[in-house]
Amino acid sequence: MSARIEPVRPGVPHFSPHLREVGISTHKTQRGAAILELRESPKVSLGEICLSYRTQSGERLLALDHINLQVRAGEFVCIVGPSGCGKSTLLHLIAGLHSPTSGQVRVDGRPVDGPGTDRILIFQDHGLFPWLTVAENVEFGMKMKGLPKAERQEKTRDYLRLVHLAKFEKSYIHQLSGGMRQRVAIARALATEPDVLLMDEPFAALDAQTRDLLHDELERIWSDTGRTIIFVTHNVREAVRLGDRVVLLTFRPGRVKSEFPVSLPRPRSLEDPEVALAAREVLDELRDEINRSLEAEYQDGIKPRIEPGVGA
Amino acid sequence: MKRAARYIIFYSALLALWVILAKLKIWPPYLFPTPWGVAESLYAGFQDHTYLIAIAVSLQRVLLGYAISVVLGMVLGLGISSSKFLEETMGGLLVSLQSLPSICWWPLALLWFGLNQNAILFVVIMGSLLSVTLAMEDGRKQMPKIYSQAGRNLGARGFKMFWYVLLPASLPFIVSGLKQGWAFAWRSLITAEMLYLSLGLGQVLMMGRDLNDMSAVIAVMLLIIAIGYIIDGVVFKAMERHLQNKWGLAPAN
Repeated sequence: MSARIEPVRPGVPHFSPHLREVGISTHKTQRGAAILELRESPKVSLGEICLSYRTQSGERLLALDHINLQVRAGEFVCIVGPSGCGKSTLLHLIAGLHSPTSGQVRVDGRPVDGPGTDRILIFQDHGLFPWLTVAENVEFGMKMKGLPKAERQEKTRDYLRLVHLAKFEKSYIHQLSGGMRQRVAIARALATEPDVLLMDEPFAALDAQTRDLLHDELERIWSDTGRTIIFVTHNVREAVRLGDRVVLLTFRPGRVKSEFPVSLPRPRSLEDPEVALAAREVLDELRDEINRSLEAEYQDGIKPRIEPGVGA
Repeated sequence: MKRAARYIIFYSALLALWVILAKLKIWPPYLFPTPWGVAESLYAGFQDHTYLIAIAVSLQRVLLGYAISVVLGMVLGLGISSSKFLEETMGGLLVSLQSLPSICWWPLALLWFGLNQNAILFVVIMGSLLSVTLAMEDGRKQMPKIYSQAGRNLGARGFKMFWYVLLPASLPFIVSGLKQGWAFAWRSLITAEMLYLSLGLGQVLMMGRDLNDMSAVIAVMLLIIAIGYIIDGVVFKAMERHLQNKWGLAPAN
C-alpha cells in the first residue's frame, strides 16, 4: 500500500536520527547537521521539495516528500536510494525540466523556474543527438548560446581533449562505445560551462572496467574544473568512491533518510577497503529501503505518470 | 549481377506479353499500341518539346505544392502533437479526411480560386498536407523525449528548438510520411491537370485521349510513373540512406 500518503509537517525529520560514529573516516550526521556546517551560501539549495504524481488509477502519489538539501559550490554530492525513490526526478527538478508540486529549488540563491545552461543534466542513456557528429554534439550548447563559430570550435576541441576523444570528433554517436558516449555527454555538458553538473546514473549501463575508468576521469575533471556535481546512483560503492557526501533517500515517498560525509583521501578507487567499509555503512541503512521497494514492486504494478502541465 | 539478370528476365517477359497481346489484335492497333508505337510517341513528344514543357510545368507545380504541404504540415503536426485537446479533436478529423480523395476538392477549388493554377495547387496541397501532418504528429510522439529534454537543457528555445532538435530528431520517424505525402501530391496533380487545360503532363495525357492516340496516352503514363519513381528512388532513398548512416539504423522496410 505504498500509494497511501501520510501528511507530513515541513521541517520535522521523519526518520529517527541515529547519531553514532561509524566507519573509519566516514561518519553519519543528522540531516540538519550538514546544513549548519555551511557558512557560505549554498550553490544549490532544495527547500521543502514535494512532488506528487497521478497514478493510472487516478490517485495521487507522493514521490518526493519535503526534501531539504544544500550543496556547496564545488562539492561532489551523491544521491543514493532504491529504484522508485524519486532520485532521478530530483535531478530533473534541479535541471528545471519539471517543477516541484511545492517547495523551491534555488541555485545561487535564485529560484529555478526552468532549464538553464548553468545546470546541465547528463542522462543515463546519454541523450546525445544521433543526427550530429561528436564535435557538433559538444558544440550544441554553445551554438544555442550564440557563441561565434571559431570560439565554439576551439572550445569543442579543448573539451574533447579533456575526455580523450579528440580523434573521434567526426564520428556519429552510434559508432561509439557506451563509455565513449558518456564521455561525449560529459564534454557536451562541460562545454556550456555549467556551474552544476547533474548526473543521472550516467555509468549504470556500462561494463565494470569502463566504469572504473570513467570514475577516474570524472574525478580528475571535477578537481580540474571545480564544478559542483550532483550524482545520482543506486550503486552505493560508486557513491562512496566519488562523493564528498552521500545522501540516502527513502523509498516512495522519497525523503532524505540520512547523510554520510565521506572524507576519504582522493584519488579513490572502487577497490579501496576503506571505500568498501564505508559503503557497507551506507548499505546497511539502504537495505530496509530496498526491501520496501521490492515488496512494493511485487505487490502492485503502480506506474506513476507526471501530471500534464508539469515539465515537457 | 544476379539481380540485374532477374530484372532483365522479368521486364522482357512483360514486354513479350505486351507484344503478344498487341499482335492478337483483340483491339484495333490504335487502341492497343505496340511497345514500339509507344516508343515512337515518346520520341516524337520529346522531339517537339511537348513532353519537356509538360514535365517542367508539372514538376514546378508539384514541387511548389509539396513544399507548402511540408512546411504547413510540419507546423500543424507539431501543433497538434503538443496539445492534448487538438490531438483528440483535430487528430481524428484529419484521419477521417484522409479517406477523401483530394480531387473531391476540385469543384470547390474552382469556385474559390477560379479556373487557374491556384486551383490545381490547392488540390495538390489537400492531397499531401494530411499525410505530412499526420506523419509529423506521429513522429513527434515517437521521438524519444530525451532529445527535447536535452535540447531544452542545453538552451534550445522556440524556433531553435524546432529547427535544431525537434525537426532532425523526428526526421527518421516522418520520412515515410513525407514519402507518402509526395506520392499523394504527384497523383493529385496529375488528376487535377487532367481536368483542366494546363500544359502539364495530365493535360498531355488527355490530349492523347481526345486524339484517340493511345500510344501517346501510354507514353505519358510511363513518364508519370518514371518521374514518380525517380523522385522516390533518388531523393527519398538518398535521404533515408543519409539518415541511416547518421543514426546507425538498420535499413528500413
